[in-house]
Amino acid sequence: MTGFVGAVVEAWDELRIHRLRVLLALIGVAVAVMAITGVTAAVAMLTQGFTEQMERDMGRQVTLSLDAYPMSDQAPPATELDAVYTTALERYDITWATRDWYTNAPMRFPEGTAQVELRAVDPDFGTMQRVRVQDGRWFTDADTESFAPQLVVNQAFLTRLGVGGLDARPTVLLGDEMPVRSAVVGVVPDTWPGAEPMAYVLYDQLTRWYTVDASSGWGAPAPSLKVWVPPEVVDELSPMLRRDVMAVLPGWDVQVWDNRDTGMQALDDGARWVGLGVGAFALLLGGLGLVNIALVTVRHRIREIGIRRSFGATSGRIFFGVLMESVVATFVAGLVGVGLAVVVIRNVPVEAVFGGGIQDMPPFPVSAALVGMACATGVGALAGLIPATVAVRVKVIDAIRY
Amino acid sequence: MSLLELTEVTRSVRLPDDRLLEILRGVTLSVDTGEHVAVVGRSGTGKSTLLNILGLLDAPTTGQYLLEGVPIGKLSNRARTRRRGRDFGFVFQQFNLLPGRTALENVAAPLMYASGRQFWARRRLAAEMLERVGLGDRVDTMPEKLSGGEQQRVAIARALVRGPRVILADEPTGALDVETGQEVMALLDDIASGTGAALVTITHDLAVAARAQRHYRLADGVLVPVDLGGAVGRTDWVGDVPTALPAIPELGPSVPTASNGVPATEVRP
Repeated sequence: MTGFVGAVVEAWDELRIHRLRVLLALIGVAVAVMAITGVTAAVAMLTQGFTEQMERDMGRQVTLSLDAYPMSDQAPPATELDAVYTTALERYDITWATRDWYTNAPMRFPEGTAQVELRAVDPDFGTMQRVRVQDGRWFTDADTESFAPQLVVNQAFLTRLGVGGLDARPTVLLGDEMPVRSAVVGVVPDTWPGAEPMAYVLYDQLTRWYTVDASSGWGAPAPSLKVWVPPEVVDELSPMLRRDVMAVLPGWDVQVWDNRDTGMQALDDGARWVGLGVGAFALLLGGLGLVNIALVTVRHRIREIGIRRSFGATSGRIFFGVLMESVVATFVAGLVGVGLAVVVIRNVPVEAVFGGGIQDMPPFPVSAALVGMACATGVGALAGLIPATVAVRVKVIDAIRY
Repeated sequence: MSLLELTEVTRSVRLPDDRLLEILRGVTLSVDTGEHVAVVGRSGTGKSTLLNILGLLDAPTTGQYLLEGVPIGKLSNRARTRRRGRDFGFVFQQFNLLPGRTALENVAAPLMYASGRQFWARRRLAAEMLERVGLGDRVDTMPEKLSGGEQQRVAIARALVRGPRVILADEPTGALDVETGQEVMALLDDIASGTGAALVTITHDLAVAARAQRHYRLADGVLVPVDLGGAVGRTDWVGDVPTALPAIPELGPSVPTASNGVPATEVRP
């Protein structure tokens, strides 16, 4: 017990006394650990940012989309779909679901009525596709029961409406012959500069107030059903959903597809391996520098080693002591590296880098930090082996007179 | 039973040209607890080799070395190392203080290899020992800020801090001026006798050697007892062995004459 503690204390003393040497030797190791940890964290953030961007377009992992099209004039009407969807959700105990219908409707702006792209959805859509509301709010379940329709519009819509924000509680007339006044409750950013006005509306409210002429619009004649389900049930659920809908709606073509194969994993793996490769290479260089300086240092400490032997230090203790110096030093360097990585990661301008920020910031990669620390300590042990071997080969009587 | 007992010990090394160099020849010596023994001799006569063997830093080529009756040849390397740390304290000519460490850390250094109470209380024990050698106010001073005498006192404190049975002093005053050397030796004598440790001093300074109870001369690897008793208390005894020898009949005429031509008048026994 005292032997181990003594060796660690000696190692720490040696590092304390030769701070500058240690600092120079360990810069490489600290940078390497910072690279491993920092790159892993950055990759996690990058992946998360990319994933969220993908999920805004295609839904969360894993989203099943069910599209149905009538194949003949004798096919049952689309109004049957709502009941079919409801039944399917209850049967399979699906909690996250939304209808999604691209269509358009006339809206009355100060400069006149214009057809506006509408997306009729359910409240779950906001979570399932990570809708970012920059002002106001997204729909809630209670909104489904509200009397007048409500809209979440994009910035271009608001600009066309001639208002700067939601403080004035803007409204807009939806429809042409018998328009209904709709309240704008939320604003989302434009998806690209020069975007046309568009609005989200709750599907139930839209169908309550306005009959869409599918033949005049550009969307599908019936809404898609999107469900967010665990990955492990996807393969089983997809055919069952298709089968159930087809059974109720003969003459309809029903397709179910999922968003698993989006290439996100490839990005994740690739970036991670590049990061780890860079970190490992830096660690190797740091370790070589450490060996170099440690060897020179041991040469300078031969007399000291002889003196310690005269105190009763066994060759094993000398070996362990020199080894521990390297291990303790690299451990400390690892801590410094992880600390630097934390500082850097915490100060990444997420908004600027990931355009719009990250909703679910990934946690700091503790596992990467631990791996970095372990690698650094391992490199320290390897780097310490050579000088430690040199140290124990020193003949005591020669060392004292060195 | 003596504390240390060498019997017909030899030490030889093989030179690069394959010749055998005999450093020690048939050395017989015993040292008892609390005794002060001095060995004088010129440079290169094997004094340091003898001290290294006594301190378990080196091993005899032939002969027997008993440490408290135990043949050291039967001890493992590890056991020898442990006994060296526990039973021996070394005082070197060049002090050999560890650079970059304070006086306190230097004195505490041997206790890093101790166990139990000595290990955990090392700083307190070191501070107490520095107090005993009169450096209680210099505990946090770096060696390079200390005078030669102070550095040697730190080295003495370091040699004694583990409470050794034997103190081995190799030219302890060699790097000090005469007056400081005498002060250091007085301190070493005082503390050694106070702790009951045996003191073996190797020196070429007769005044230093004369402080011992028993004296030996080492010449050409052969250890011969001599009597320097007449020199006790003579602070004017200064000088190397060769120049002093003609005035000491017991040393005999066989001791080589000084090659550096130091006048014999420097030593006035």
